Amino acid sequence: MENRAIFSGKLLPYLLILPQLAISLIFFYWPALQALQQSFLVQDAFGLSTEFVWFENYVNLLQTREYYQAIGVTFVFSALVAVFSLTLGLLLAVMANRNIRGVQIYRTFLIVPYAVAPAVASVLFIFMFQPGLGMIARALQRSGVDWNPVLNGTHAMILVVIVAVWNQISYNFLFFLAGLQAIPKSVIEAAAIDGAKPMRRFWTIVFPLLSPTSFFLIIVNITYVFFNTLGIIDTATGGGPNGATQTLVYKVFQDGKVGTDLGGSAAQSVILMVIVVALTAFQFRYVEKKVHY
Amino acid sequence: MVEHRRFGNLLPHLVLLAGVAIVAFPVYLAIIASTHDNTVIANGQMPLYPGTHAIETYWNTIVSGTGRTTRAPVGGMMLNSLIMALGIAAGKIAISIISAYAIVFFSFPFRMTAFWTIFITLMLPVEVRIFPTYKITSDLSMLDSYSGLILPLIASATATLLFRQFFMTVPKELVEASKIDGAGPIRFFWDTLLPLSVTNIAALFVILFIYGWNQYLWPLLITTRDDMQTIVIGIKKIIDVHDALTEWQVAMATAVLAMLPPVAVVVLMQRLFVKGLIETEK
Amino acid sequence: MASVTLRDVSKTYPGGFEAIKGISLEVGDGQFCVLVGPSGCGKSTLLRMVAGLETITGGDIDIGGRIVNQIEPAERDIAMVFQNYALYPHMSVYNNMAYGLRNRGMGEPEIDTRVQEAARILELGAMLERKPGQLSGGQRQRVAMGRAIVRQPKVFLFDEPLSNLDAKLRIAMRVEIRKLQRRLKTTSIYVTHDQLEAMTLGDILVVMNGGRVEQIGNPLEIYQKPATTFVASFIGAPPMNLLPLRSDEIKSQFAGVSRVTGDAGLLGIRPEDFVISSDGVAGGIALGLTVEAIERVGAETFIYGSRQHEGQGIAANPGELPPGEVIVRIPGAIAPAIGERIRAIAPREKLHLFSADGRKRIDL
Repeated sequence: MENRAIFSGKLLPYLLILPQLAISLIFFYWPALQALQQSFLVQDAFGLSTEFVWFENYVNLLQTREYYQAIGVTFVFSALVAVFSLTLGLLLAVMANRNIRGVQIYRTFLIVPYAVAPAVASVLFIFMFQPGLGMIARALQRSGVDWNPVLNGTHAMILVVIVAVWNQISYNFLFFLAGLQAIPKSVIEAAAIDGAKPMRRFWTIVFPLLSPTSFFLIIVNITYVFFNTLGIIDTATGGGPNGATQTLVYKVFQDGKVGTDLGGSAAQSVILMVIVVALTAFQFRYVEKKVHY
Repeated sequence: MVEHRRFGNLLPHLVLLAGVAIVAFPVYLAIIASTHDNTVIANGQMPLYPGTHAIETYWNTIVSGTGRTTRAPVGGMMLNSLIMALGIAAGKIAISIISAYAIVFFSFPFRMTAFWTIFITLMLPVEVRIFPTYKITSDLSMLDSYSGLILPLIASATATLLFRQFFMTVPKELVEASKIDGAGPIRFFWDTLLPLSVTNIAALFVILFIYGWNQYLWPLLITTRDDMQTIVIGIKKIIDVHDALTEWQVAMATAVLAMLPPVAVVVLMQRLFVKGLIETEK
Repeated sequence: MASVTLRDVSKTYPGGFEAIKGISLEVGDGQFCVLVGPSGCGKSTLLRMVAGLETITGGDIDIGGRIVNQIEPAERDIAMVFQNYALYPHMSVYNNMAYGLRNRGMGEPEIDTRVQEAARILELGAMLERKPGQLSGGQRQRVAMGRAIVRQPKVFLFDEPLSNLDAKLRIAMRVEIRKLQRRLKTTSIYVTHDQLEAMTLGDILVVMNGGRVEQIGNPLEIYQKPATTFVASFIGAPPMNLLPLRSDEIKSQFAGVSRVTGDAGLLGIRPEDFVISSDGVAGGIALGLTVEAIERVGAETFIYGSRQHEGQGIAANPGELPPGEVIVRIPGAIAPAIGERIRAIAPREKLHLFSADGRKRIDL
């Protein structure tokens, strides 16, 4: 990178970089630092005095049952969404990678969910799963399932998982397709000459060569569940019933909205930041791996 | 490859058709529902073909606003969404392309510091710093304003990284040829670098437009006035899962309207969209 | 028109690496100067210093009587042809050529005249509206030349402009560049690693190695009287044979030559200066060789022979021969058989003597 720095303006580079730095400092660093600071403070009910309490907010947080429930919910939610949307995305991508007619048309349809906002996708599914009037809800009820996501935590979880999987299919499909297309044809032809049947070729050649893509997508899907599903949860279940769909991010949002425990809310934010840092670091190790491939 | 299988192409077609059905069905249902009367929908007897109330429903939804649940007509919300989406896309591109230009083509003290300062913002999504950011936006009296909707979302390390990556592939001889041709840094940017970046800018624009249009949490927090709502958060106020009196035809019409612009962008600019998606995530 | 003078020019990178170690050089008005040397010898760096694309850390560069050390490339009145051409990919051929003129505020009618004239000279008239991406390698090369010509600069700088072309096109363009330069009479500095290009193009040749000048002179002079073994090996293909004088066979033949001084350590003979003969050579040298390999290229034949009493080894430097191996070039296609023993002789006036370290030429 050093030998690319070619112009030698005195003031100009600073002017060019200033807008982005200013916005980063005002809207990223300052709030993040404030969250960090607040997480070490306790404020009285009227906001009149604050006290520095070291890790008390964190200790308190880790002693509440709801926090562990939110961790569990986040974990289950992430795992389910990742497994289902990755499997579906891969299956569709493998099929679309065959030399068949109309691939362009299939692809056009399959990328639509990416463009739909999570909150809007949620509304589409609420309509289908609304007890009493939703088409699928009625079908479930007719076949004896007492479908009710408003009261039944498992049902609520199933609902948000379905929406999130639907929302993520496009992304996984497109990346798997790009990954498949990047595998040199000659490698697969060599395997065919070596006598490997299609299924065996897939599992012994294609799938291992796709592993960087898969790994990358797992991280992206987890990040998606962490941060982008807030719209789904807020419209579909509101985190309920009884916290059955309350993820870590949604809990920050709800606790913050109530606004009574600023310190605790800030501590939650800080823990989330640590998680994002870990996920990003993971992702970059993936990039490194890809380079050495 | 030559593969002699009798039903070789049948399976992929079947799987892909099933995939398309899963993907398209909820959207189709929403479109159908937006053309039926609410009573037909509410008693669970909605047919799978279009009804006759389309014009009436869309008119009420977009222009006049429907009495009971929505207070503002959706037309205004769509305008807000459009302004926000365009503002975020244009703003992000503008500030990232110039900062990437500074980082790649200049040598100046603290260049790497500046780069890392921007880079680290990747790790601070708005969701984890939401309330402090809200407080700052409020302190700057930007609540219920377009600048409040747009500015906090436009600093983007991903766009800067994308441009940086692209700029590093520009042969340095091109800069040298420009220098010999008498072009300074600003001229090189306008005459050469910007025209070369057009495809990247367009691809990024598609992705960022969708990102901006689909924002949920941030507009939900900082807009209190009905006339500042975006359509994505407006829709939530129309449906109420605990209320049997939800106007489903309006909710579905709103959903269709909320999907229409980003879906149109993705479908019509598919090539750019795919390029933008794959490249911003590298 | 202008001359270019370099006075003790040097370049040291911040890390301490000395790329250019004090070079002085004068290129007269209208002369074609070729900088030649192996990759990494500093020839491109030196050219870029003349262009103003690299800073200089010592000495002066003078273009047309003006010291340009601190002057921006655009103000030096030079034009440059890059190895990868560096055409603006989004501009038409016409605009590629016109861009530098527009930046200097020239009026459109004058620009048009110049571009059309350059297009005529370079036979680019039919493709002025095309983008570089639609052109072949040779055409792009011409556009790069055109971009330099329209400027009518004091100096043309060429940075290996032909190395991205295939062999045939390279020869054709080489001839064209020479003709063009003769016609325009613009002072030119040309960088190449190809000794044949250097020999055929240059009025003056500057042979560089490791950031230093090994020898400056006109091509024939350098060929006939290489100043160091590096130059002897680099200029001329196949390279000059270099034999250690301490070898018994050669020593005995030199015993009668009184004027060979004590510090001469290496004997050089160009492959083309050998004759295969059983005659004696007064004052010259005769080598007994066993034929190891033969290359027939039609008009001439190369014989690779090994000398007795000396084992085969590995070349000390790229381009040099392994010790013990001798190349003989003979005209025609009639050659001895492999394994045959031959006697190669070279007359006294074709012999080159160098000091043992190869840094100094010793005239016989």
